[in-house]
Amino acid sequence: MLIQHLGPLASSLFSLLAIVSLLLAFVMLGSRWLKNYLFAFAAESWAIAALSAAVGFYGGYPELYLIAILTLLFRGLLLPYLIWRIIRRLSVDREIHVILQPSTSLVVGAFFVMFALAISYRVASAFHLELTVAVLALTVLLSMKLIGFLMLAVRHEAISQILGLLVLENGIFLGSQILVPGMPLLIEMVILFDLLIIVACFGTLVGYLLTHVGSTSSLDLRRLVG
Amino acid sequence: MIISGCLLALWIAPLAAIILCLLVRHPRACEAFNLAAAAIVLAAALPLPFLIADHELVFWDDYVLLDRTGAWVILCTATVYFLASIYAVGYMRLLREESRLYIFYALFAGFGLTTLIGPLMNSIGIYWIAIELTTLVSTFLVAFEHVAESMEAAWKYIMVVSAGISLALLGTILFYWGGSFVLGPTYKMTWAVLASAAPQINPILLLLAFLLVLVGYGTKVGLAPMHTWLPDAHSEAPAPVSAMLSGALLNTAMVGIVRFLAITRRTGIGELPQLVLVLFGTVSLLIGALFIIRQQGIKRLMAYSSVEHMGVVALGFGFGGPLGVAGALYHMLNHSLNKSLMFFGAGNVMRAYGTKEIDKIRGVGRYFTAQGNLWLAGAIAITGAPPFGLFLSEFTIMRAGLTPTFSWAVYVMAVLLIVIFIGFMNHFRVMYYQCEATEPPAPAKSSAWCVVPMWLALAPLLVLGLWWPGGIWHYLTAATQTLSPVSP
Repeated sequence: MLIQHLGPLASSLFSLLAIVSLLLAFVMLGSRWLKNYLFAFAAESWAIAALSAAVGFYGGYPELYLIAILTLLFRGLLLPYLIWRIIRRLSVDREIHVILQPSTSLVVGAFFVMFALAISYRVASAFHLELTVAVLALTVLLSMKLIGFLMLAVRHEAISQILGLLVLENGIFLGSQILVPGMPLLIEMVILFDLLIIVACFGTLVGYLLTHVGSTSSLDLRRLVG
Repeated sequence: MIISGCLLALWIAPLAAIILCLLVRHPRACEAFNLAAAAIVLAAALPLPFLIADHELVFWDDYVLLDRTGAWVILCTATVYFLASIYAVGYMRLLREESRLYIFYALFAGFGLTTLIGPLMNSIGIYWIAIELTTLVSTFLVAFEHVAESMEAAWKYIMVVSAGISLALLGTILFYWGGSFVLGPTYKMTWAVLASAAPQINPILLLLAFLLVLVGYGTKVGLAPMHTWLPDAHSEAPAPVSAMLSGALLNTAMVGIVRFLAITRRTGIGELPQLVLVLFGTVSLLIGALFIIRQQGIKRLMAYSSVEHMGVVALGFGFGGPLGVAGALYHMLNHSLNKSLMFFGAGNVMRAYGTKEIDKIRGVGRYFTAQGNLWLAGAIAITGAPPFGLFLSEFTIMRAGLTPTFSWAVYVMAVLLIVIFIGFMNHFRVMYYQCEATEPPAPAKSSAWCVVPMWLALAPLLVLGLWWPGGIWHYLTAATQTLSPVSP
């Protein structure tokens, strides 16, 4: 298994890239401008692409180079471009009604990271991996998951919700690069393509929402109750 | 040879229908393509349970797995797809969307295709993708009517389900990670391989992964409290789509939970995974009961009834053992037939009276003789009263639960089923027999396309309730061996 015998350089490189991704998730959490979310998301995807390449290099998985390139193209360029096109069609450029102040959500996010660390430590110690990069990978995976759900819960602009969903997926992708680098290539590629279709579907739906509901804020979606 | 032919027919027929719909675009022709595809699918799905005699079959480089559970769920899906396709011909003409009808039928065949792919996938990763695809296709079917309510329902549907299903992906990856300690970094992610490795995987990781998968696919199944998308999507979609969502889609996602549950049973975690599934089932029954009593929308009533019945199925699989699993699988088929009937009736009534509100629907029995009685019989069946199939399957599930560990759940289930029976029948009493001071205008009649599938759904339901064939019983209990190797 790769993570059990990593050199110190590789270990710190993986850690650095994972922490950069987590920090960028916090940037998304702490900002209320839609453009900032988008840039942070794109940068996060580049960090993950770099991580894929690094894992491929140190672990001897040449197929991860392909994944790195595809991640860079899809998650780093194409998805941000698609979302940017959706933003351009909208009249809003930031969250207007804030449910939770950005500063408060940063604090909540910090608690989530601690919680994720506690779980990861327990899981990793069951495998005697508590001194390896596995703890960090699991922590970042779970905390990006939790931060993504927090963004889904406290943001209500359609774009923020799409990006929240993409943060969930980024977290899983990042964790899986370190934990299971040998996962069948086909599955990873299909998941990448799948993401593209999801965003295309969201784009179409946002257009429908604009035409038929007249708003893209989920606060205005309250016809169906009970 | 015959079996792989049947499997090919299952997938090629809807695919051909999609392509033909997009090419020809004539509304009547598209109806015919979809109906023909559904008929071929049903013809190919019917023999499958008989053809797989005693063994699981793996096809096409291990990517397709045909076991008893898979073949059974495919049969349920194919039946609903066929009935809903007949019904769609009549119902969709009422919407006056002739120019967009080819899109509807292309999406509808696509939805049928994705629900037919999921249960047969042997790779846990590809199964996840198939489930995700069902969401993407059905979102646009939910949004088909292009009014604010259906947009809202579609948005909530895709948002809640995508977020939920990402948890299932996380669980899947943790399962794979656990397996990689036993099998090395790269191996085939099939159910069988994972099950063989499971006894050596650390129980903490396995439990965490199972809980994530349960919540993830549970969102798609509509187990409470992750059910929030379900009433919205089911009530705002066109009626044939509601029937497909309820009768086909929910089962497809349930297969995943059941297969992961079977993997955990081979390990030393004990009964905790079963207990969690039983808890989710009980909560679903409770939520279903509460919302059924005070419901005002006719299709939302049916949607909460789906939450309830998925809770019953979850209880069956949670109790386990031959009785529990056989009861749950039998319940899947009965529920698929019955819920199609209920949504068809609801769609007809909704179109005839021009409203979804129960308060504005009066005198159904007086205005509609044949279809009114069919719908009423369906309502009696769906609440689990004899002599219909759901009575037998619910009774079997309750018998399965009478073990020291789970008997409390059986008592709760019994009470809630009685509450649901009263609440549900009260709505029907109001719609059928309550007189109003001011008579509403006489509703429009429904076409034969909309009534025939109701007959086709009720007849097998009655037969299955009066006579549980020995062959089916053997088949379903044999499915238990693959799903719960440790019997209580």
